[in-house]
Amino acid sequence: MTENYTALYEQHKEAGASFTDFGGWQMPLKYDSELAEHHAVRNAAGLFDLSHMGEVWVTGPDAAAFLDYALAGKLSAVVTGKAKYSLICAEDGGIIDDLISYRRGEEKYLVVPNAGNAKAVAAALTERASNFDVVVEDVSEGTSLIAVQGPKAEEILLRLVPVGQHSLVTELKYYAAVEVGLKVNGTEQQLLLARTGYTGEDGFEIYVPNAEAASLWKALLETGGGLGLIPAGLACRDSLRLEAGMPLYGNELSLEANAYAAGLGPVVSLAKESDFVGKAALTALKEAGAGSTTGRKLVGIKGLGRRAARGHYSVLKDGVVVGEVTSGQPSPTLGYPVAMAYVDVEHSEPGTVLEVDLRGKAEPFEVVALPFYKRRK
Amino acid sequence: MSKVVADLLYSAEHEWVATDGSGPAAIGVSAVATDALGDIVYVDLPEVGSAVTAGQSCGEIESTKSVSDLYSPVTGEVTEINDAVVADPAVINSDPYGAGWLFKVSVVSEGPLLSAADYAAANGGEL
Repeated sequence: MTENYTALYEQHKEAGASFTDFGGWQMPLKYDSELAEHHAVRNAAGLFDLSHMGEVWVTGPDAAAFLDYALAGKLSAVVTGKAKYSLICAEDGGIIDDLISYRRGEEKYLVVPNAGNAKAVAAALTERASNFDVVVEDVSEGTSLIAVQGPKAEEILLRLVPVGQHSLVTELKYYAAVEVGLKVNGTEQQLLLARTGYTGEDGFEIYVPNAEAASLWKALLETGGGLGLIPAGLACRDSLRLEAGMPLYGNELSLEANAYAAGLGPVVSLAKESDFVGKAALTALKEAGAGSTTGRKLVGIKGLGRRAARGHYSVLKDGVVVGEVTSGQPSPTLGYPVAMAYVDVEHSEPGTVLEVDLRGKAEPFEVVALPFYKRRK
Repeated sequence: MSKVVADLLYSAEHEWVATDGSGPAAIGVSAVATDALGDIVYVDLPEVGSAVTAGQSCGEIESTKSVSDLYSPVTGEVTEINDAVVADPAVINSDPYGAGWLFKVSVVSEGPLLSAADYAAANGGEL
């Protein structure tokens, strides 16, 4: 697999990170203790390098109509300044990726796919654009993405924002974005700041040209250190998103997955007037109901013992396989094992006690409503 | 680089053995292993009085990211387990060669063990 390195690779190396391959990228797994990083994000703040994510601009008179056609959500209904979580589906309804799109103007959107799918998404968008007056531009290579996540995120960020622009940040709603000045190395950079994240906490994601990424990273660490900000790797990003009940492409979502079985039915807008790629298949899937393809749907399960379920472990009921774990580990915040699993619909009701085959020994797990963890507002 | 302590013997599966030839040998996992595992959150140790066999699994160590078998580096009878690490497995990360010891065995025979220098060289550890 081709190894890609983000513009922050040297920063991570200097900080003593251990690395892992993720979607073809060498990414920091953890700097010291992934548990400490997890708790920092829940209690103070963590700094993430998300530069492996893709960035694709869609611009032109047909931008809104085009994304209504190319994605499963109704992107034309998003007002400028807001963002929307959506899916890009194949004709058969399979999920090519889950992604966030930011409307940056009447004719301008920024689409942010996952690292491993960035090229596939850019290619699919380009292919689907042939009948629309739009330009699809993949700027992933030159764009870094830095996230500050946690209850202290706003306070930290404000330290880099000129006082006159503070209200742009404090009044920024969740799933919205704004251009804001950030003081880096004594100069003010206009950068796109989004109030989004993948941790279950309040937080921000900042889009920055590669050339400025290291300066911004250092400035954030310096100013945020006193408030408990530490660099955080992909290990804790995974445990944080799992606690927050958020799916990970490749684990819960795939080309074989079905949006309705994955609990993403509300993300699919069958009601929008225009046709969109995958509409016929998704309409049929919705009518058939969750579980129509495999008989299973995605649920949260909570370990009643201490041992954790892991991806691909079998879920059992009375010794018979009724499902498969997609993600699982001990929850650092909650103190018990949590997992997501596709289980037979008849065993998917919260409160149902199932077992997971933990390397030959069945341990009890209870179906619970997602998310496992929800922050206090 | 992960620390390797000089006066211990090591198995290829990253367990260390402390033996002075008299009483039972203390066994733990090396910093090479704990650094690779990440934060340890659960440990399953053999029972006191049970027999363990060199090279065979006798428990497991679970970290936030993965789970690994615990292999006994020696053959013999378990005389004691470290209840403190069962209660707080993070001690294995913070002090793998000291307070993070796992269990003690009255040794009948040793499996193939490496000197600290050979183990460090083979695993990129630091003496």
